[in-house]
Amino acid sequence: MCLAIPGKVIEIYEQNGLKMGRLDYAGTVNTACLEYVPEVRLGQYALVHAGFAISVLDEEEARKTYAVWDELVQAAAQEGTDIFGMPFEKSPPG
Amino acid sequence: MKYLDEYRNPEIARHLVQEIRGLTTRPWVIMEVCGGQTHSIIKNGIDQILPKEIELVHGPGCPVCVTPLEQIDKALAIASRPEVIFTSFGDMLRVPGSRQDLFMVKSAGGDVRVVYSPLDAVKIARENPHKQVVFFAVGFETTAPNNAMAVWQAHREGLRNFSILVSHVLVPPAMRALLASPHNRVQGYLAAGHVCTVMGWEEYEPIAAQYRVPIVVTGFEPVDILEGVLLTVRQLERGEARVENQYARVVRREGNRPAQELIRKVFEIAPRKWRGIGEIPASGLRLRPEFRDYDAETIFALGELHVEEPAICISGLVLQGLKKPNECAAFGKQCTPQTPLGATMVSSEGACAAYFAYQRRRVE
Repeated sequence: MCLAIPGKVIEIYEQNGLKMGRLDYAGTVNTACLEYVPEVRLGQYALVHAGFAISVLDEEEARKTYAVWDELVQAAAQEGTDIFGMPFEKSPPG
Repeated sequence: MKYLDEYRNPEIARHLVQEIRGLTTRPWVIMEVCGGQTHSIIKNGIDQILPKEIELVHGPGCPVCVTPLEQIDKALAIASRPEVIFTSFGDMLRVPGSRQDLFMVKSAGGDVRVVYSPLDAVKIARENPHKQVVFFAVGFETTAPNNAMAVWQAHREGLRNFSILVSHVLVPPAMRALLASPHNRVQGYLAAGHVCTVMGWEEYEPIAAQYRVPIVVTGFEPVDILEGVLLTVRQLERGEARVENQYARVVRREGNRPAQELIRKVFEIAPRKWRGIGEIPASGLRLRPEFRDYDAETIFALGELHVEEPAICISGLVLQGLKKPNECAAFGKQCTPQTPLGATMVSSEGACAAYFAYQRRRVE
């Protein structure tokens, strides 16, 4: 019921006095009402629930998250273990 | 797909499980409130890869599941009328009322249509001036602004043949009610990411403080949920009880202000009955008096209905996180998604349906 998916805003227009848009979800294009994201610009990603965009995705916050994960994976690699805490397999001599 | 695939990375997921394992020193009970998260947890086996000390219990966050039986019966009564085009989100069509469901009404000749957006229902009203078009306005705070916009738009266009049957519920009062119960087992909450997208998280801060529970606003992908669990466990182990936001790429502290404004213009807070739980004060929305003309219950003069649930069904206990679906005597026997006894078996976001779909065995 509260399912929402991120799509890229590829067109903004007006219909029946409402701000509307066309969004691209990895190839599938659909329309959504943009009244609740008045700041949204072409090319940005918005989260759409039941025909309405309810949030503009925050690129900066997403980037921060990826950076944290990278650190986690890097740290595990530094310790000579994979992410399961298991030692890396020695490469066969040769 | 951008903003989705990154959050389904099994390597990151396994790493987060490691982190959780490293933090956990004793048993903790964490409730995911939202049915969408319940579905994701069971589908991805997240509950099974967590350390055995961490128990995830499933919350009442499935609007389809908590819509009272009498509201379903009202929907069926309205949808059966010849002058009505009844519109609804698809997941309400199979929910059993006391004697039938919307599919049966449709097959008996009722004009029942599934819409993707409540604005589609307004469009149907615009195009069918001689019909009464009714939209079944079900859901939490996520869906409320969309339904408010449909009423607002119909009002702006002067449409006289559009109304909504309202069964809107609010998440924080239910979270409070569960914590206040003498049977409460919940020690930490994963808060519903998309409800918070609309409402923000300010209203959760007094709940965290009063009941001393960490509340982490969490997304829906496997990595989101594991990160939500990690943040919750970290707080529990440190004896903290704050609201944190795991879902920062989507959710802001203040939520979506324009959406909140329209909810307040069109709806007011009211007591609501939750299927399986009972009435919770100030836990839902109804149309404001100035929008009474758009209230299907007023237009079709439906009185109070009183109906009984099947006695064997424990969906009420499941919705409160007191029982798991596979502890029910009827689970997978009399009660399956094809022959559901309770609403938690109907919606794919219901805990019972999720357990059935992903073949969790019945506990003997």
